Amino acid sequence: MKKWFDPLATVWVGLSTHKLRSFLTMLGIIIGVASVIILMSIGKGSTASILSRIQSMGSNLITIRGGASMFGGVRGAFGGTNTLTLEDAEAIAEQVSNISAVAPSYSSNLQLVVGGENMNSQVSGVTTEYKEVNNLKLASGSFFSEQEYERGAKVAILGSNVKETLFGDTDPIGQRMRMGSIIVTVTGVLESKGSSGMNSTDDAVLIPLTAMQQTVAQSRTAQGERVVSSIALTVTDEKKSDQVTEEITSLLRTRHRLGTGVDNDFNIMSMEEMASTLEETSATLTLLLGAIAAIALLVGGIGVMNIMLVSVLERTREIGIRKALGARERDIWIQFLLEATFLTFAGGIIGVVVGWVVSYIVSSMGLYTTVVTADIVILAVSVSVGIGLFFGFYPAWNASRLDPIQALRSE
Amino acid sequence: MIQLQDITKVYRMGKRELTVLKGINLNIEQGELVAVMGASGSGKTTLLNLIGCLDKPTSGKYYLEGREVSRLSSNELAAIRGQKVGFIFQTFNLLSRLTALANVELGMTYAGGVNRQHAIEALAKVGLSDRVKHRPIELSGGEQQRVAIARALVKNPSVFLADEPTGQLDSRSGQEIISILTSLHAEQGITVLMVTHETDIAHRCQRIIHLKDGEIVAEESV
Repeated sequence: MKKWFDPLATVWVGLSTHKLRSFLTMLGIIIGVASVIILMSIGKGSTASILSRIQSMGSNLITIRGGASMFGGVRGAFGGTNTLTLEDAEAIAEQVSNISAVAPSYSSNLQLVVGGENMNSQVSGVTTEYKEVNNLKLASGSFFSEQEYERGAKVAILGSNVKETLFGDTDPIGQRMRMGSIIVTVTGVLESKGSSGMNSTDDAVLIPLTAMQQTVAQSRTAQGERVVSSIALTVTDEKKSDQVTEEITSLLRTRHRLGTGVDNDFNIMSMEEMASTLEETSATLTLLLGAIAAIALLVGGIGVMNIMLVSVLERTREIGIRKALGARERDIWIQFLLEATFLTFAGGIIGVVVGWVVSYIVSSMGLYTTVVTADIVILAVSVSVGIGLFFGFYPAWNASRLDPIQALRSE
Repeated sequence: MIQLQDITKVYRMGKRELTVLKGINLNIEQGELVAVMGASGSGKTTLLNLIGCLDKPTSGKYYLEGREVSRLSSNELAAIRGQKVGFIFQTFNLLSRLTALANVELGMTYAGGVNRQHAIEALAKVGLSDRVKHRPIELSGGEQQRVAIARALVKNPSVFLADEPTGQLDSRSGQEIISILTSLHAEQGITVLMVTHETDIAHRCQRIIHLKDGEIVAEESV
């Protein structure tokens, strides 16, 4: 029964004799493992937050933007020119299958003034479908109705940040607000979706597209169609995303009279596609961060090997004594390998704890979103044990091969 | 119990060959107390190391308890050292970071497992019951050598091999160590082979073997 325990007791005595040295050796592994945990958790955290943002916008969303038309060989930026029209949106709604709602919108930056407060904001003229397509919820008030849309009512729905800036804590419902050259009445406030870099509706102001066209957006194309800046639509089945994209492309190319060989003058982006692109980017980033941390771990491993070599040299006489007392090569080998592995295993465990705590602090300070997953922890600990086995192997083998007579003579 | 037949040992040092033992023939019976004497360089320690299975002869045959051990692998030799041989060194060779008790237990680690009670009994036999928790640095030379004897004793070896056990001790401690060895021999019938260059110590043994330049030149019974 005691025999099992003996090698471990031996290891403990060996390591506890040189407490500081053992700790410093472990420190290399602790730092390595902790940085793996921290960096991977930041990587995983950002992936998770990007995905949840996209989820909040609706993963079955497809956005079409105008732009990228060629002017004498110079390609315009997407969204830089308005090539989409309200008629395009109507045609899509009628002719493309597997879509549930089409929401054209026209956006413009306008000055908003309420009492003494004023700000610049992106104002979007939208249809009633916009709310459904973008998964919007109202914190208070209501969205404009079909009738209000038809008659071009001058009503506005405010994003939560806009409401905060212009009205503070007072209730904005029913209040009037100057928007560019017109006066609108606030009828609703959107629920906050949290900070989001891309097209956050928290900073937006929504008014009926009809009202927008009567006042600020009167531009028409050469064919006399009413210009919109983007068209958003939802697909009934996410799997049909590609098919829908193809149908819209061919429809718009026909409507815009683009001959073969001419680039699209619009850009279609599905959330599905965007999510996978972002996820890929983020996974690459996570891998890169992990690789950097792995280098730290490797350096720690080399430190372990260094110390084990010194330790073997220093304990040559001890090895001789043990051999004279009947230790086989394997016994010596196991003793030193266990010592190295114990160092890295303990270092790995401490590293996980340190990494976890730091991730938690980073996340609670709001610097980065971090996610510590079981697979990272298992990976980090098993890699550190592996490092002990790998870097302890050679020193332990060295020790086991010592000639007992020579070893006993050494000082 | 120990039979050496025409044992030679040659060390190779670069291109030079150094013959340390030149055809040793020796029989030691169970329960004998034997001293090996000789000038330094006569091959005493090499002979002891061969008998203790720390080294292999270049040629010749060595039977330990009837078993030919001169051609065994290093692992098999380690097993024999662990179970049948109790070494006592001139420099004690205790592990300085272990207590007396732990050092004695180390003697059992590679010989079938640690039994603390046996270790405590062994320390009592050499008169160190009150030094169990002391480290080697807190013990006198004589006490350290007694710990080493307890370490060898604890695994019930077939033979005690002592390489100048009193070499680093003052004469009084040396006499004490020899007394312990002779009384262990007398009471338990342990076989003891002791290398020494002190005539009065050698004369406390039953039989003295004189080595010179790797050959047995004389044997005397006391």
